[in-house]
Amino acid sequence: MRPFAYERPDDATGAVATVTADPDAAFLAGGTNLVDHLRLGLAAPSTLVDVTGLTSTGITDLPDGGLRIGAGVRNADLAADERVRARYPALAQALLAGASGQLRNMATTGGNLLQRTRCSYFQDLTTPCNKRAPGSGCAALEGWARHHAVLGATHEPAEVACVATHPSDMAVALVALDAQVHVLGRDGERTFPLTELHRLPGDDPSRDTVLAHGELITAVDLPPAPDAGHSTYRKVRDRASFAFALVSVAAALTVEDGTITDARVAFGGVAHVPWRARAAERALIGAPVTEDTFRAAAAAELSGARPVDSPRGGTGFKLPLVTATLVATLRDLTAREETA
Amino acid sequence: MHAELSLTVDGHHHDLTVDTRTTVLDALREHLEITSPKKGCDHGQCGACTVLLDGRRTLSCLSLAVAHDGAEITTADGLAPAGELHPLQEAFVAHDAYQCGYCTPGQICSAVGMLDEAAHGAPSVVTEDLTGDVRLDRAEIAERLSGNLCRCGAYAHIVDAVSEVAR
Amino acid sequence: MTTASRPFVPREVGTARPRPEGPEKVRGTAHYTVETADTDALYLFPVQAGVARGRVTAIDPGPAEALDGVVAVLTHENAPRLAQDDGVLQSAAIGQHGQYLAAVLATSSETAREAASLVSVSVVEEPHAAVLDEDSPDVYTPDALVVGATDDTRGDPGTALSVAEVVLRQTYRTPMEHHQPLEPHATVALWKNEGDGDRLVVHDATQAVSWTRQALAQAFGLEESAVDVISQHVGGGFGSKGGTHPNTMLTVLAARAVPGRSVRYALTRQQMFDLVGYRPATVQHVALGADRDGRLTAITHDAVDQGSRIGEFVEPAAAFSRGMYAAEARRTTHRVVPLDIGVPTFMRAPGEAPGSFAGECAMDELAIELGIDPVELRVRNEPDVDPETGLPFSSRNLVACLRRGAERFGWADRDPAPRTRLVDGWWHGTGVAAASFPVPRFPGSQATIRAAVSGSYVVEIAASDIGQGARAALTAIAADALDVPAERIDLRIGDTALGPAGPAGGSAGTTSWGAAVVEAAERFRDKYGDDPDVGDEADATTPDNPWASDYAMHAYGAHFVEVAVHADTGEIRVPRMLGVFAAGRIVNPLTARSQFIGGMTWGLSAALHEESVLDDRFGHVVNRDLAGYHVATNADVGTLDVEWLDEDDPYVNPMGTKGIGEIGIVGVAAAVANAAYHATGVRVRSLPITLDAFL
Repeated sequence: MRPFAYERPDDATGAVATVTADPDAAFLAGGTNLVDHLRLGLAAPSTLVDVTGLTSTGITDLPDGGLRIGAGVRNADLAADERVRARYPALAQALLAGASGQLRNMATTGGNLLQRTRCSYFQDLTTPCNKRAPGSGCAALEGWARHHAVLGATHEPAEVACVATHPSDMAVALVALDAQVHVLGRDGERTFPLTELHRLPGDDPSRDTVLAHGELITAVDLPPAPDAGHSTYRKVRDRASFAFALVSVAAALTVEDGTITDARVAFGGVAHVPWRARAAERALIGAPVTEDTFRAAAAAELSGARPVDSPRGGTGFKLPLVTATLVATLRDLTAREETA
Repeated sequence: MHAELSLTVDGHHHDLTVDTRTTVLDALREHLEITSPKKGCDHGQCGACTVLLDGRRTLSCLSLAVAHDGAEITTADGLAPAGELHPLQEAFVAHDAYQCGYCTPGQICSAVGMLDEAAHGAPSVVTEDLTGDVRLDRAEIAERLSGNLCRCGAYAHIVDAVSEVAR
Repeated sequence: MTTASRPFVPREVGTARPRPEGPEKVRGTAHYTVETADTDALYLFPVQAGVARGRVTAIDPGPAEALDGVVAVLTHENAPRLAQDDGVLQSAAIGQHGQYLAAVLATSSETAREAASLVSVSVVEEPHAAVLDEDSPDVYTPDALVVGATDDTRGDPGTALSVAEVVLRQTYRTPMEHHQPLEPHATVALWKNEGDGDRLVVHDATQAVSWTRQALAQAFGLEESAVDVISQHVGGGFGSKGGTHPNTMLTVLAARAVPGRSVRYALTRQQMFDLVGYRPATVQHVALGADRDGRLTAITHDAVDQGSRIGEFVEPAAAFSRGMYAAEARRTTHRVVPLDIGVPTFMRAPGEAPGSFAGECAMDELAIELGIDPVELRVRNEPDVDPETGLPFSSRNLVACLRRGAERFGWADRDPAPRTRLVDGWWHGTGVAAASFPVPRFPGSQATIRAAVSGSYVVEIAASDIGQGARAALTAIAADALDVPAERIDLRIGDTALGPAGPAGGSAGTTSWGAAVVEAAERFRDKYGDDPDVGDEADATTPDNPWASDYAMHAYGAHFVEVAVHADTGEIRVPRMLGVFAAGRIVNPLTARSQFIGGMTWGLSAALHEESVLDDRFGHVVNRDLAGYHVATNADVGTLDVEWLDEDDPYVNPMGTKGIGEIGIVGVAAAVANAAYHATGVRVRSLPITLDAFL
């Protein structure tokens, strides 16, 4: 770990100015991923700018019936919020399925969105990784890729290949719920859909998001979701608890007279981004509530999938797993609706 | 680069100068010789370093000391002022809810924090009704304490011990 | 040969008591190795090889040395010489990824780590091998196992299999696994000059202070009497803290460069995957021949193990099949594929854990093939005498364990048909497996008993408490041997100053140390009676077991588990486990239960989670932390039931104990795999069993 300066500016604007001015400065919030990276040598900032207390730690009602979540809200507090539990159960479940009780007490909303992939090769300075060391290659492509992507990854050319996945659970629920993100930069604040925050690796896997250096997430807005009371989050992982998702599904459906009239679906553990499954949604809307419909939705989303075909453990198993998880999730969700 | 800060640990005030890189865990263990919180993984993956930081269960290995100037920290040792064991500590001893003991202070701090969270109505991922009351059955306790690994495999006894206190 | 002539009357032994160090452990005030370091101890951080094989061509400590707070940087060029050329920092050769190439000593942990990253190392890489390929031309036959012959053939198994009415042939695979005790390996070393020569004082996280002393004395050319090794509390070992690994050597070597000053080194979690041993992967070919009634006529069990070119440890997986069941013809063999990786070592139930997965899954598959209940199949093949040695058993209650377990688990109601119980979207099934573990005794532990004030006794033995409960067990044994209440025993352990002692390992700690304590008590009472003067003292070393060549001695157990597999996603859970054991006299029912549930939880963890993924391109484990290398969490454990049968075995030792540290893990993975088959109809023959098998 290289030495760094520590600063705690008076306000978010000051924090943004400080980081923007220094290409080697970084924001510190809960620290659950950054301190990890400092120790691994993955991050070597000159200055840490602590934004604790500089962004809101409150969850406030919006006039339209939605919620504004301050970027400083801890994951545990967001999951425990009565409005979130009642109106956005998928979000509460996603948060509670993530990490551990201690980590949820520390991690913030903004930091959770910006956590980086847990790819083993990314975290190990001795192996090639285009995300960590651009141009060095992707060790995961022919390596241990159990936790890697099936959608939207870059398999070639070798010097930009990246099959990493975004590890957040919370973000999967938020993209399914049409969240908007507020970002403060040197030139002021901008707001855009959360689905546009994370980016696919494309030809520059070193960049996880569209944020410019020095831009700070200040809040996340949840729109009112009339059907969100019927949302759910299902996480499939290798341990019963405290493990990253192999595949997860956030889903919200509206059903009228046995026909799906609205659908929001997102997948975790399958892509470089929390994956909003628009093709699956299109396949669901207007279709009857049957397992065949759910399967067709999964097939539609996976039509462009490309698993990692590694001799040391690839992601081929995720194709049937995505389908199975989506079917199981939607079956449970629609069964609950019937009894509701 | 160094920073001056103060921490209140188990009721005792400490002023100290630490490297900005120093974590709360290392500040406690290496500077203040308070070794009740343990270093198991240093990456937030085992829970052995769990302390109560400003009342909440927190991983001290991922907390930079410089960012917690003025914090109130309670370790497992601080739960037993003057040697009087906390009811959870008594239950751990009675149920033999450990073997090597290395994860134990973290388990106990985590359990104290967890019981408080549950008392405030916080659900877990295995809570059937997210908006209903919390009932700490074995599955709930196990899930809520899954951030604390025990390599000796004492989980069944840990749940026995915590269940007894949770009642 | 001397043995206790006074009968051992258990009073404290058999009584459930909290362990004496409990209050310290729950407060966190029990001091583990690095916590003993004084405040001016130097922090060590190593530089490690990033290639699996090669040579260091240049190493520049300059940038590290320039850092404020750096006291020394040791490399193979300037490190003190050891007795062995292949020792740590003794040459430029690189034999494994992660090998130590240099060590930085600094006044703070942050500076040491930063400085280590600044040591610039040039290496030439040489070709390496890291794939466990049983057809490799390098496969070799090791000279011997730790206990027993490499190969063992009785009768003519080839012919017996060719004429058997039913033959089951399968291949089973178990992965590389790492112990990962929660306390990382750690050492605090101090060299003192005491006028008449050097004295080395080492606090070490070890299962055997005497073994560590021996290894250090040898490496550094010292008399053993010039070395003190102290280990009061050890945060788990499971075998990895049995041997003396390069981390201890490196710390002591580095401390040599700063005499009079302590050096402390605790491994990072990542380093725990490099240098302190592992359970090697195995490929196991099993063939069972039987008649239609399920009587075994032939057993062959041929194991091929992952191995290392820089050191040998052979996982004796096939040896499990030497003593389990009766069969006229039998062959068990072990081969090793040497690779350019670290050296494997003992890991909880070495041999039995992976061997039972193969052997006990094969029995289940044979039972299904024959249409015989798997409990009944095992009962039908119960041997009259030990199949390996021909000796009678000192006691063998495997059948009783199976019968009692079946009764308690509700096995009689079991429908053997697979994939027939779907409950709330989960396929449920049940499985059984048998377990055994030998009763070894390590020689050479010295116990000293000294009368103290008020009728109390100081009992000294350099035992290690790695969590198994040595303090509780030996206090009870000493109390009974001296015929006094436990409160009057002042037990002192974990220090070579107390004399030589065997390890906490092989499920033999309590047996080996306890036998010495009983012998010393016997001598003490013979000499001083029951009303001694303060300061009266007697000692003894572990006596040989006079029955060792007359009886075969093993503990036994039976595991019954219920498995649930999600019908859509294949997620696998184990909602219910029951272990029934026949393991001699139980010294402390409270701490013994922890040993059994701990072993069973290990078995569950191995069944569902554990696999060190060795990426052969680089030669190192890539899932090298506790987020990547999964061990069971609290939520993975469902209802866990343990029962033990009363067993009075007069032959094993005066206390009648058999050792309980490892039997709990043996067979669990097989029981889980067998239950998973019963649940789903899918037979998984490789560990860990993950959801992809059921998609």
